[in-house]
Amino acid sequence: MSVQTTPGDAVVAANNLGLTFPTNDGDVVALSDVNLTINKGEFVSFIGPSGCGKTTFLRTIADLEQPTSGTLTINGQSPEAARRARAYGYVFQAPALYPWRTIAKNIALPLEIMGHGSAEQAERVARTMDLVNLAGFEQKYPWQLSGGMQQRASIARALAFDADLLLMDEPFGALDEIVRDHLNSELLKLWARTQKTICFVTHSIPEAVYLSTRIVVMSPRPGRVIDIIESDLPAERPLDMRETPEFLAIAARVREGLRAGHSYDEDHV
Amino acid sequence: MSQLQFFLALIAGGLSAIALALSLITPFEQGLLLKAFLALGVVSLLRFVVPMGPWADGVLAVLGATALLTSLEVFAPAPPYFWLALTVTWLFAWLFVERLSHTLAPRLSDNAGLGLLIPVMFGAALLVVWEVVTRGANVPPVLLPAPSMIGAQLVNSAPILWADFVQTFIKSVLPGYAIGCLSGLAVAILVDRSPFLKAGLLPIGNFMSALPIIGIAPIMVMWFGFDWQSKAAVVVAMTFFPMLVNTVAGLNASSAIERDLMRTYAANYWQTLMKLRLPAAGPFIFNALKINSTLALIGAIVAEFFGTPVVGMGFRISTGVGRLAIDLVWAEIAVAAIAGSAFYGVIALIERGVTFWHPSVRGGRA
Amino acid sequence: MTRALPILTVLLAIVVIWYAAAIGMNSPWQNTLNTRAGLTDLPFTDFALQTWAQDRPLLPAPHQVIGEIWNATVALELTSKRSLAYHGWITLSSTLLGFVLGTALGVALAVIIVHNEAANRSLMPWIIASQTIPILAIAPMVVVGLGSIGITGTVPRALISMYLSFFPVVVGMVKGLRSPEAIQLDLMRTYDASPWQTFWKLRWPAAMPMLFASMKVGIAISLVGAVVSELSNAAGGGLGVRLLTGSYNGQTIQIWAALFIAAALAAVLVMLVGAAERLVNARMGVRA
Repeated sequence: MSVQTTPGDAVVAANNLGLTFPTNDGDVVALSDVNLTINKGEFVSFIGPSGCGKTTFLRTIADLEQPTSGTLTINGQSPEAARRARAYGYVFQAPALYPWRTIAKNIALPLEIMGHGSAEQAERVARTMDLVNLAGFEQKYPWQLSGGMQQRASIARALAFDADLLLMDEPFGALDEIVRDHLNSELLKLWARTQKTICFVTHSIPEAVYLSTRIVVMSPRPGRVIDIIESDLPAERPLDMRETPEFLAIAARVREGLRAGHSYDEDHV
Repeated sequence: MSQLQFFLALIAGGLSAIALALSLITPFEQGLLLKAFLALGVVSLLRFVVPMGPWADGVLAVLGATALLTSLEVFAPAPPYFWLALTVTWLFAWLFVERLSHTLAPRLSDNAGLGLLIPVMFGAALLVVWEVVTRGANVPPVLLPAPSMIGAQLVNSAPILWADFVQTFIKSVLPGYAIGCLSGLAVAILVDRSPFLKAGLLPIGNFMSALPIIGIAPIMVMWFGFDWQSKAAVVVAMTFFPMLVNTVAGLNASSAIERDLMRTYAANYWQTLMKLRLPAAGPFIFNALKINSTLALIGAIVAEFFGTPVVGMGFRISTGVGRLAIDLVWAEIAVAAIAGSAFYGVIALIERGVTFWHPSVRGGRA
Repeated sequence: MTRALPILTVLLAIVVIWYAAAIGMNSPWQNTLNTRAGLTDLPFTDFALQTWAQDRPLLPAPHQVIGEIWNATVALELTSKRSLAYHGWITLSSTLLGFVLGTALGVALAVIIVHNEAANRSLMPWIIASQTIPILAIAPMVVVGLGSIGITGTVPRALISMYLSFFPVVVGMVKGLRSPEAIQLDLMRTYDASPWQTFWKLRWPAAMPMLFASMKVGIAISLVGAVVSELSNAAGGGLGVRLLTGSYNGQTIQIWAALFIAAALAAVLVMLVGAAERLVNARMGVRA
């Protein structure tokens, strides 16, 4: 809907993007007419009920799905070229750590595939494990770690090869609220330190408001963008900021947007 | 004390009393140990007054077994109380195992120490019954020789057994197993690249795994001659399909997220295969390796029934049956059993080392 | 059709390779024959047809095998000692008897093992260890041993089939009967259900998928057991005996025909179990 900056800074640029899945019960329109530009250094959250296409949009950026109409560029390239250039790190809903590898070897996995030397691998693994506060757990296996630590390891794995764009698909969805709060504030610090562009899919309003510089509200059937909310919250965000009137005002706008999209009319589910 | 334990204890004690009464009509000095055991069995009825630990039952069972084995020589036809004593011994062993597993049940580690004692106890009890029944009831050795006879034959015929083992296991089973498993693995990886071939070969592979492939043994003997080559060929044919089917299934075992992850790294086919799909297929491949370890031995031995040089486990079994040298046949079977279990055990050990991460090995949840 | 096409393609490829291999493997002997008969410079097509029509070929062509099956079943009296239907029936009867006995024994043992800790701890390790013993290898001996005490005919062979088929059933059923989760068992406890009710309303239905999966394995191996146990007694008849006599007389076509019949039997039996599975699934409301 809104395009604020010059296309030169755009990391992700979607233009009339549409995606339709053929199924046995007829076509499902997962994305319809999505226009969005994400600039360098932004933290953009995508929020909406299930089926609104937020995950599909993220997967389309990652070239895991192919759009059926419109255009999408990542750093000015096609999604496939961007994937081949290893332009982004992707964090899935589940940690998806390989159980036969130690945490350090899991984080080294993308580095091995991308052909980094072993000295550089060791250096980067140590650096990113430090970044997510996992130092000391190098030789543990994934199943020996808690769910929160596993997800931190998977974030470290996405950061290890230093892509400028981080795509996160409900990374904390399966964690309890206490762990989630903690990881949220850690993620903000990480973002401030690394200056990455982050696309973050969530279904939690407080999480979206707390983390983002911009919140994209989406609605299902067909999946489309119904509102984009700029957040003027300060860059420094302590956890108790979530009780301030400014925070609550933005959260109310998000909730309003979700309601306007009729996104919770259960009888259609 | 559970209901079952109550009745076991009651019957064991009661039968002891009856057997002791029956034994009184025999000369006093005959089977003294057996009579002492029966007397103790009667005394064990006191457990209903004074509690008695499970180990007492264990000791009674061992004592009974010893008494039975040592008094085997004493009786010409074994008297009724001898058979009652055998039943009593079995009951005490059962009671011991029953009570021991009740105390063990809440504890999780059943592989170590006491947990191991129970199957060992059961195996030993089975051997004792086998020995006592075959010798006490004069079962013709042609039908079933006593374990002691088989043991003696195992020692006496060691050179023959060793030669047969080399011919069958070292020369036929191992090469055939290696070729069959490796080719099954290789074909699975090749087929996996083509969905069309996979869709065509997988149902046929599944079908072939259910067929009596062992029946090709006479054909292989015609094609490859009497020596080990034809047996190895049978083993290859038998082990190929389980490996093919399991590996193809295993290569599809990685989850969608794991494969998407490799895609986001723009990993090529071989990187995805080596770093994700083959490791994820590990448990499936080892499953096939374990199934095949028993199939291979069966295949080689049965193939020898269709023609062989005058050495080999299958040859010895088939000729031994013909000459009614049943104790030698059983010794051969014992060798086959040990070889089969050891083969399986080695593969299971390697599996534990390689797929240490799998929930079924580390005993956790997925 | 989309599912059948790849399978048919692979089958066609197998037949083509088979015919080609038959030419290759039978050609040395055919060359010898032709040299003796003074036949030289035969066109390749004639030579190929010759290799597919030998009396005792190293590798008979598929049509020879099918012809032999036709001759030995439809064209013969059912009671004839050369009829494959007669021998197939002998094998089938001991297979089925052994399978039924083995399944019953396997289910009974599994029920005991699941309900009694002592049985679980003492039996399970030995049941698993017993599978590493090549019991099939001593099948003929067991048949002879039982024969010496007057047990002959179908029963001793069925006992071998029983021994082989009980194992997959007991292992599968133990797994299946234990498959209900802790919360499902806890639910039954909150109802104060008797062990009997817990068994019939929870454990038994939960074990159905495993039962049929193991029965498919069991019936296939039961047939193998029946065939191998026939090897000891050439007079008893059965497909195993056809394999044995075929191998003594070099009658390769006869061996292949017996093999084909055994394969067809295995396929039909496994399919029957599969059909029973679908029937039970449908009655239990499981979507196929």
